[in-house]
Formats: sequence, C-alpha cells, structure tokens
Amino acid sequence: MLPRVAIQTEDFDVSQELTALRAHDLRVGAVCSFVGTVRDTRALTGVAQDEVQAMELEHYPGMTEKSIEAMIDEAHKRFDFYAARVVHRVGRLLPADQIVFVAVTSAHRGESFKACEFLMDYLKTQAPFWKKEQTPQGAQWVDARVADDAALARWGIDVNNA
Amino acid sequence: MKIQVRYFASLRETIGFAAEAVDTACEDVASLRLELIARGGAYAECLAIERPVRVAVNQVMAHDATPLSAHCEVAFFPPVTGG
Repeated sequence: MLPRVAIQTEDFDVSQELTALRAHDLRVGAVCSFVGTVRDTRALTGVAQDEVQAMELEHYPGMTEKSIEAMIDEAHKRFDFYAARVVHRVGRLLPADQIVFVAVTSAHRGESFKACEFLMDYLKTQAPFWKKEQTPQGAQWVDARVADDAALARWGIDVNNA
Repeated sequence: MKIQVRYFASLRETIGFAAEAVDTACEDVASLRLELIARGGAYAECLAIERPVRVAVNQVMAHDATPLSAHCEVAFFPPVTGG
C-alpha cells in the first residue's frame, strides 16, 4: 500500500498521486485534494519589499511523520473516508513551487471535502515545519497566524500555536 | 538524569546549534525551560517566558506540565508554519 505520508525535497506530480491513491478501490466515488504553493507576496500587494525570492522549509524529522500519521488517524475517527495521502516538501523552494499535497478518497464527496480541510487545518498548526522567506531585506522566519488556530478550533480542537 | 534537548528554526539559529545533551533534575517541561533560561545569553533571549515557544517531548507536542524522564528527547521551537 502507498505510504500515507511523504516528506521530500523533490517535487510531486498531482495526477500521479491521485491515480495511485484511488487505484483498484472501486468503492471510491470522490477524490478531494488540496495543493499549497509558494506565494510571492509582492504579487498580492504590489510592494517591492514584499517580494519573496525563495523559501526554505525546515522540519523535525521523525516528529513530522508521526504527527501527520496521528492526524490522519484522528481524521478517520471523524470522517467516513477510505484513503488519505499527505506529501510535504522541505528544503529550498521558489515562488509558484508546490509545497504541500493532501488528498482523500471517499464514497461521496462530503466526507472527502471535510477530511481534506480538516487535515490541512491540523497540519498548519500541529506539524513541525518552519518557513523562512528570502526577501530583499534578507531572510526572515514566517510568523504563525492566529487565523490558523481559529481554523482548527472550528473542528472542536483547541490549539495555541500562534 | 540525562536528556537530549533539540532546537529548531529561529531557536536553533539563536542558540547556535541543533542539539545538546543536558544533565538535569527537572521533572517537567516548565522547570527545564526555566533552568535553560537561567543559563543566560542566547538561552534567556529565545526561551524567555513571554515568547511563544512550543515544546515536544519524545516527538509529541507537550505543555508546561508534561513530565520528563531519563533519556527523553525534548525539543524547543517557535510556532509552526508549514502547509
């Protein structure tokens, strides 16, 4: 069986991932996926100093995999889905690069939509990754967002990350 | 008892290395953090109580009251920002 979690420096192919996740499972009637990418904030704000030239992603090998496995287990308790896959890249990334992939299969769309969003909300505040952006002012660590804690609180989980 | 202490991201940069062996009598996360702060310098700066420092014990998210045991791995890091 496909491993549920992959932490890697290499890019991933969304189409291949989706094909592998639902392969040979005729119960599946819905596949929901999310891809997070590197955003150049300058393209949003038009402010030169906001340019993101590159991003460095650090993680905690061992804990990262364990924490994501645990969140998939938690998702299985809450939602009726068949398979889930999380791929997260680490190392140096450039604007528009893919960072993270989450996909879930289920019989009907509702459960996979919910499980996919739950997994992303969980990952944002509980998986040990840290982003450092290279900007015209030098490198700076990205601040955690209170909105991400609030997103997980919607699922009844109180966290205090940011 | 001997434990392994690890630092990640901005804490690793401030302290200057990623891991160290620590000999301590501390029984929980909060007291270990205070003991490290008492060393002063970079430790006092980046582990300061008013700073948002997250902790894991044996690679599971922990809190102030989480107990420590011999040979455990304690990691200090800033709020996570993956995804």
